[in-house]
Amino acid sequence: MRQPKIIIVGGGLAGLMATIRVAEAGVPVDLFSIVPVKRSHSVCAQGGINAAKNQKGEGDTPQKHFDDTIYGGDFLANQPLVKRMCEAAPGIIDLLDRMGVMFNRTPEGLLDYRRFGGTLYHRTAFAGATTGQQLLYALDEQVRRHESEDRVTKREGWTFLSAVMDDAGVCRGICAMDLRSMEVKTFAADAVIFCTGGIGAIFGRSTNSVVCTGSAQSALFQQGVDYANGEFIQVHPTAIPGEDKLRLMSESARGEGGRVWVPRKPGDKRPGKSIPEAERFYFLEEWYPKYGNLVPRDIATRAIHRIVYQEKLGIDGQAAVYLDVTHLPREVLDRKLEGILEIYEKFLGVDPREQPMKVFPAMHYTMGGIWVNGEDQATNVPGIYAAGECEYQYHGANRLGANSLVSCIFGGGVAGPAAVKYARNLERGAESADSIFTREQKRQEEKNQALISQQGSENPITIWKELGEIMTEHVTVTRINKNLEASHSRIQDLLGRYKRINLSDRTHWSNQMLNFARELENMLVLARVITYGAFCRNESRGAHYKPEFPERDDANWLKTTRAKWVNNDIQLTYEPVDVSQIPPRPRRYDAAK
Amino acid sequence: MSVAETKQVTVRVKRQASPKDSSRWEEFAIPWRPSLNVIICLREIAEKSVTREGRPTTPISYDSNCLEEVCGSCAMLINGKARMACSALVDQLEQPIRLEPLSKFPVVRDLTVDRQFMFNSLKRVKAWIPIDGTYNLGEGPRIAPEVQEKAYPLSRCITCGNCLEVCPQVNEHNNFMGAAIFSQVRLFNMHPTGAMHAKERIQAVMGRGGIEDCANAQNCVKACPKEIPLTESLAEINRQAWKQALFGWLLG
Repeated sequence: MRQPKIIIVGGGLAGLMATIRVAEAGVPVDLFSIVPVKRSHSVCAQGGINAAKNQKGEGDTPQKHFDDTIYGGDFLANQPLVKRMCEAAPGIIDLLDRMGVMFNRTPEGLLDYRRFGGTLYHRTAFAGATTGQQLLYALDEQVRRHESEDRVTKREGWTFLSAVMDDAGVCRGICAMDLRSMEVKTFAADAVIFCTGGIGAIFGRSTNSVVCTGSAQSALFQQGVDYANGEFIQVHPTAIPGEDKLRLMSESARGEGGRVWVPRKPGDKRPGKSIPEAERFYFLEEWYPKYGNLVPRDIATRAIHRIVYQEKLGIDGQAAVYLDVTHLPREVLDRKLEGILEIYEKFLGVDPREQPMKVFPAMHYTMGGIWVNGEDQATNVPGIYAAGECEYQYHGANRLGANSLVSCIFGGGVAGPAAVKYARNLERGAESADSIFTREQKRQEEKNQALISQQGSENPITIWKELGEIMTEHVTVTRINKNLEASHSRIQDLLGRYKRINLSDRTHWSNQMLNFARELENMLVLARVITYGAFCRNESRGAHYKPEFPERDDANWLKTTRAKWVNNDIQLTYEPVDVSQIPPRPRRYDAAK
Repeated sequence: MSVAETKQVTVRVKRQASPKDSSRWEEFAIPWRPSLNVIICLREIAEKSVTREGRPTTPISYDSNCLEEVCGSCAMLINGKARMACSALVDQLEQPIRLEPLSKFPVVRDLTVDRQFMFNSLKRVKAWIPIDGTYNLGEGPRIAPEVQEKAYPLSRCITCGNCLEVCPQVNEHNNFMGAAIFSQVRLFNMHPTGAMHAKERIQAVMGRGGIEDCANAQNCVKACPKEIPLTESLAEINRQAWKQALFGWLLG
């Protein structure tokens, strides 16, 4: 029998899990990553990973996890696969535990669980406040073991440029660039799994890492891979503003008892700590008595915007509210939240154990992503699979905290064997499709050459900053149609200006500017998909909020947005959502659901 | 003059176009504003690639990713000290701020270095728990909270390489793997399943570049951005190695 070969692009949680599964099936894997996989963005996940293990005897079940996830996502997710994920979650925790993840423990030596947003159960396993890092390392170690036994070949320091497609529209491999030598090369594979993560850079500043540009997703989109629900962008309620990055302050701070408040008196100049209890406005607790500080992220974010922009109650008139953990015992803070408190202390020079933290919402996550079928993570292009944040199917219109890690590992775990099965059933492998590789390589080399040699007047970083400002102002928390329309046309203007960019680095060795310029074009195209999708969806659902259409509209909009690239333009189609398991009901968090 | 008075930050960067080229210094002036860190300075230089003297130059090549000191990418020498660029706040640094690549790793370009040596070492010492497979085999072993509390800090190592940079034993004459690696061996040997294979890991740290080469300078623990008790790890692995060597000799 012919030995198939699989390529995985992206070495975060989803990519590593897919890699392990393919290696276990005895199929060789080439794993591509921009950074050494141990430095992937999954390290930034802080609070934990959800699984209904019912370790606290509260009567939690996978069915309740499923219901919370669907309800939290405002019924936009296709339900069958979400159900499978929630059922698989306890087994995923067991697996991570066996891999040696240093989860926090109870006195009995069992895993400890904490509360998170959008649920009333203790369902979140955690390793301090650096759970993503710990999970990523566990999978990284397993992949290193497979690598040392020659089942995995890592290609770190390579960036994906495009898929190699044959004339029948089947993916036969990838074209990638070595970020040191800038060499462009093609690699044949029977199937490719994309696990390329988030898109934060499209919004300029976000909680995401530098590599989260969405460039790979966008490149695939422009090659005919559909993109779904792009307009659903999660803005996390609590982050520390910064010029380079908006640093996340995990929901776990609230899961452990942290409280969000502002002074009742507008413009109160007193230090937070000295403001008496009676003069503090715990607005989430007052507005949402049942869930309090643990309402889902879209709700908390909108509440903070209302406090700051409508009620004018931001701290000292600024765009900030307090996230307060000073009332919690030091021992609890150090054992359960140290990782994030350390970030606050290091970057702001203030000890959050002593002073309430100042936070504000920040772009955090994309619920939308590469369209995949509801079955096995396959995209609409034969030979291309997707898993993790880069695909769309688990979180509907809003993701619950601590569900991303589980969806990455579950999705990667499904994609790996599915790609192997597909590859084994292929009649004709990648090796037989010859000239398409030289053709694709040439196309990409020409693109690079054009960028390096052109003498334009535009600065790519300036264009990127403008893009970030447009997206953050108009395509995050509150969306207004005329602004969305104007933003969409401004992004098209930026694409026009992009054609005239001038690279300040024309060398052929470790040219980070060339790589950035490649990513920028893709970011601009994906920004259009997001903005146009938001413009067209005239309702409010989960993270997508339009004051002009304040209600969820199931009659017209209980639909997945599916974007296609047709004749160099975006074409949106809509398909029904599979609600076969839980009938949609109104979503409200001020009372028990 | 203080920074606030001049409203400018001066940054000197050691540049090297490729591994084959020789290095040179360039100086940049950046408008001061609150909460600057070294990464923001490098980004500013990328957008306006002009030296202090007004000469056009290329953006500076450097590694970065998470910008919150958890990915380990942006280690470099800042005013001669090995540390992470993202958490190096300009207002806490003496000027001019000198940026150099880590010196114990091959330079790729400018501030970018190749730290593959560390990942290879992790392979050499088998820094993993050898599970039977990812299929469902039930829960992992129970672990006492005290053990978790000792192990978790070790598992926060970000492989930045700062502990190798400051170690006198990491030099061109030997292959000393560095404190981070031995600390990982300690971590895996602590885990109930990992302990079943402790011998293999100790075997791997007994050869060339292994634990014997530690000269106890104790610089590593001071340079670790995650405050990992590296000297404790070195002592513990040294103890385990002696024990294994002694038993090996006794049972000969």
